[in-house]
Amino acid sequence: MLRFILTRVSLIIPTFLGITLLAFFLIRLVPGDPIETLAGERGIDPARHEQLRKEYGFDQPVIVQYGIYLSRVLQGDLGKSMITQEPVLTEFSALFPATVELALCAIVFALLIGLPAGMLAAIRRNSIFDHGVMGVSLTGYSMPIFWWGLILILIFSVQLDLTPVSGRIDVLYYIEPTTGFLLIDTLLSDEEGAFWSAVKHLILPTIVLGTVPLAVIARMTRSAMLEVLGEDYIRTAKAKGLSRFRIVALHALRNALIPVVTVIGLQVGVLFTGAILTETIFSWPGVGKWLIDAIFRRDYPVLQGGALLLGIVVMAVNLLVDLTYGLINPRIRHNR
Amino acid sequence: MTAETMEAPAVAAPTATPPHPLREFWGYFSANHGAVAGLVIIIAVVLVALLADVIAPHSPYVTDTSIALKPPFWQEGGSIAYPLGTDPIGRDILSRLIYGARLSLLIGLVVVAISIVAGTVLGLVAGFFRGLTEIFIMRLMDIILTLPSLLLAIVIVAVLGPGLMNSMLAVALVILPHYVRLARAAVITETSKDYVTAARVSGAGTTRLMFREVLPNCTAPLIVQASLGISTAILDAAALGFLGLGAQPPSPEWGTMLADAREFVLRAWWVVTFPGLAILITVLAFNLLGDGLRDALDPKLKR
Repeated sequence: MLRFILTRVSLIIPTFLGITLLAFFLIRLVPGDPIETLAGERGIDPARHEQLRKEYGFDQPVIVQYGIYLSRVLQGDLGKSMITQEPVLTEFSALFPATVELALCAIVFALLIGLPAGMLAAIRRNSIFDHGVMGVSLTGYSMPIFWWGLILILIFSVQLDLTPVSGRIDVLYYIEPTTGFLLIDTLLSDEEGAFWSAVKHLILPTIVLGTVPLAVIARMTRSAMLEVLGEDYIRTAKAKGLSRFRIVALHALRNALIPVVTVIGLQVGVLFTGAILTETIFSWPGVGKWLIDAIFRRDYPVLQGGALLLGIVVMAVNLLVDLTYGLINPRIRHNR
Repeated sequence: MTAETMEAPAVAAPTATPPHPLREFWGYFSANHGAVAGLVIIIAVVLVALLADVIAPHSPYVTDTSIALKPPFWQEGGSIAYPLGTDPIGRDILSRLIYGARLSLLIGLVVVAISIVAGTVLGLVAGFFRGLTEIFIMRLMDIILTLPSLLLAIVIVAVLGPGLMNSMLAVALVILPHYVRLARAAVITETSKDYVTAARVSGAGTTRLMFREVLPNCTAPLIVQASLGISTAILDAAALGFLGLGAQPPSPEWGTMLADAREFVLRAWWVVTFPGLAILITVLAFNLLGDGLRDALDPKLKR
């Protein structure tokens, strides 16, 4: 087991180097002098320019420059936002909980509906319900979620006036961030109604962000379930006279879940991508919207640092999923 | 399943000629109603795109503020001259959607063409030369796969500058790893087969082996992936357009149309509804087609 963990962990080193290389070189593709790019439109005086050139090592070979960049990154120094002058890492950590809260709600939503739907579809194979689930999930998989968000706003906010259009909570509440997760913070505070306000603001973004994972999970659960239901041990269980529910819930589901867990892990990247669009539509103050805003403000340090941090987060989650996968499926860890 | 086993001896009989491969393919493909529906929709979208000049009732660019934000014809205040209504600066939405079909199909085809060509070559090279070349290529692809696809595309476009061309390049790069992996995996299974050894023994060079012998036998998974790739490309390019990073206004690209319409969601439902519906239907059609192709080209998989 230890060997398995060590191999997996060591595999992320080249990936990490690759991501930093990408972040390092992409900024150099911006036409013009990198210091002027990083300094923004206000310009920079020549003495400071020269000092920065030395500091960043622009008078040295590219490989040395990359070394300097890498050592800065490893010390947590990702530069400062050109607009706010705040360190990129500080801004990221302030906004990240909002994105995580949304992503967690979305994946829980996707699981709560996707797992049962996929299981039922597999049990009632080729029924109307099965075709319905498959049709809906293929539609969900093809959904342009930026449009889906607008349509849900149109129906639930404009026509029915049930949910708010944007933000995380009504402006009249002020919640001291303790955990950063508003659902928890509002419960801790004694502001009346704040929790419901936060819940109401979460509903539409959760549905929008959860749609694609929901579709993928339902499809995956169905096909994994179908495969497992054809196995010999299921026939044995049937022959023993076990109830249908016991067979499905205890014998089949456990083994069908293994591929589903992997798929959930792979959805993390999809969730962050979706979060960029979802946060833009609902003005959700998370890292996705922050990144898009940075592009339009030409705030290159934020773009470079933010993309790098998101890449690292996805990489870390993938590693965690890999390790859990080895934990729940002994075949994996003994093979390598 | 049983029916097939019953028929097997008849097919194997020396007098019976096997069905033409295309015919056999169509037999499998047409059994999948969803796939046929997808194909019909795609043909319709292609026709609309080709005949845009003929069937579009208005120009997609001419603005006329006196008819701004007219609702679709079945609502009060709408007129049949503008069947799906007009946008905030008085352009006919239907005409813009029709011309947008051209752009979306073009995006899908160009993106997939770029990544399939580059991906196949890289995959063939990785599969044939192994060693350091392979490690380098495949590691690079792993890194691209690790990053969330749209995030990488956004960063690339942000650096290169917004625009249709750059967004197509960015999306092509992002979906590249799938083709590289497929091509490499196919090459590795194929090269161990006897016909490749035979060709090598008879003196075929590496290039000939790569492109004339092995490549034709790896096409099935690539075709399936291409169909699914077109849907990803259309979706991602539309998302970039929506974020203001893809095709720029006044281009009638569907995602860009949505970006323009966003602020009018509260008063004019039609300006946001139709472009998105067009994206959804087209993407769904390509996904249906891709699923159908996969089942038809790989009968082992589901039968």
